[in-house]
Amino acid sequence: MPVPESILRFEQVVVTYDGVDVLDNVTFTLTAGETRVILGAAGAGKTVLMKTALGLIHPDQGKVSLFNQEITGLREQELFAIRAQVGMLFQESALFDSMTIAENVAYPLFNQAGSQVSREDALARVESILKDVELEHTLDKFPSELSGGMRRRVGIARANVTNPKLVFYDSPTAGLDPITANNIMSLVIKQRDQRNTTTVIVSHRLQDGAMMANYRFNSKTGKIERQVHTAELDQRTKFMVMQKGRIVFEGTEDELHASRDPYVGKFVLQAKSA
Amino acid sequence: MFQFLKAPVATLQDFCLLAAKALANIFRAPHYWDDVLAQMDRIGVGSLPIVMLTGGFSGAVMALQMSKALDTYGASSQVGQIVSITLVAQLGPVLTSLLVAGRNASGIASELGSMKVTEQIDAMRALGTDPVQKLVTPRMLAMTIMLPFLTVVADFVGMVGGWLVALGLIGTTTAMYWTGVYEILEYEDVLQGLIKPLFNGFVISLVGCYYGITTTGGTQGVGRSTTQAVVVSSVWVFVINLFLTQIFVNL
Repeated sequence: MPVPESILRFEQVVVTYDGVDVLDNVTFTLTAGETRVILGAAGAGKTVLMKTALGLIHPDQGKVSLFNQEITGLREQELFAIRAQVGMLFQESALFDSMTIAENVAYPLFNQAGSQVSREDALARVESILKDVELEHTLDKFPSELSGGMRRRVGIARANVTNPKLVFYDSPTAGLDPITANNIMSLVIKQRDQRNTTTVIVSHRLQDGAMMANYRFNSKTGKIERQVHTAELDQRTKFMVMQKGRIVFEGTEDELHASRDPYVGKFVLQAKSA
Repeated sequence: MFQFLKAPVATLQDFCLLAAKALANIFRAPHYWDDVLAQMDRIGVGSLPIVMLTGGFSGAVMALQMSKALDTYGASSQVGQIVSITLVAQLGPVLTSLLVAGRNASGIASELGSMKVTEQIDAMRALGTDPVQKLVTPRMLAMTIMLPFLTVVADFVGMVGGWLVALGLIGTTTAMYWTGVYEILEYEDVLQGLIKPLFNGFVISLVGCYYGITTTGGTQGVGRSTTQAVVVSSVWVFVINLFLTQIFVNL
């Protein structure tokens, strides 16, 4: 069996803010086609980890490699070419207030390194992906006119419009009601399975991770469907639990449920009671 | 021993690095000329009413106040000269710069600060744009270009304000007033009055941008950055004015 290509690698990465290690000796490897769910309480270092992976935060120690290229120490201009292959949904969507929804979604098409898209082509792609997230009627609206859930959906569209190989989702369901949260997760799964992207999702809810692990988008029915939980399916999604900047657990869903770590146990227990 | 100096020196270093990057970006693609024009409109045209109002009242008040003193020596006909030289060389550049610092350094700091705390600046970087190129350089160019123009307008409206007072309340003739205004001005004075806003515009815009993009701590942080931007840029206006006056006085 061929060894899957390494997409993202952290080697003993340390990020320090005001003398506190917000990432403490973090080491892991993400392979092509994998889904990685990062769980942890607020302040555990999940967002910092994502931003470090994109080169938005420079680590104080250790090495970060993205698509087999070491990005630690690269200048901002050099990072743009690598970032062009990555999509990211920020925690509160981070849509540009002064731009319309269409302009927001088209932004990476016109600005990312190496992207040469005609205006007509860009509009067609924007319309198509906004239709995917069921927001085709909002093209000329501004982000402030949309609800929180709708803004997340626009964020998902913007993260995927360039067909990136790797997509990060930072807390896509934070602060949303359970129904909207489920819709958002369905869209994340749809984007992952339609485009075969390697996906990293940060969340504080184990339910989000369980959905990522056990549901697949069916292109024939156009819906996401629950799969039978097999050992092979279990291997496709890896879970990582972070506590105070450290990775305290890394493994599959089955291993997560079997873990005896008390901190990991809290996440499993919270999901069962929900 | 000098630990207390660490933070201000680090701030100055970061500010100088930002200024160097913003300047270097003028010669590096991509250029966001649409943003430069939009900022010129917002900063330049947007500030016109307040700058004209302040300039006009300053000229009028100066004429009123000086006419009393000049009358003592029977020289109230020279009110045009005093209004002109004071406005062009000193008051015009300082007042206009202070107004623009209050109006636009705050606007820039709060706009960029809000973008920073809502991760829009990170998003910009993630989506392939250098925030200094897209946000800082256009604002710096726009303000550096527009502030001398605004100063010229403020100076002129101030002279008109002085003329109205001279004509209506002091009893000078129009010809006497404008001849005085014209004759007193040397080329150095005009040059001084144009170079000061050039420096001020550069510094005010960069101070606004610096405090904006270094904002931390949510909405409270945005408020703090806005206040700091206005205070620091206003102080710099006075410092720059002092240094440039010293240079021109010795010319």
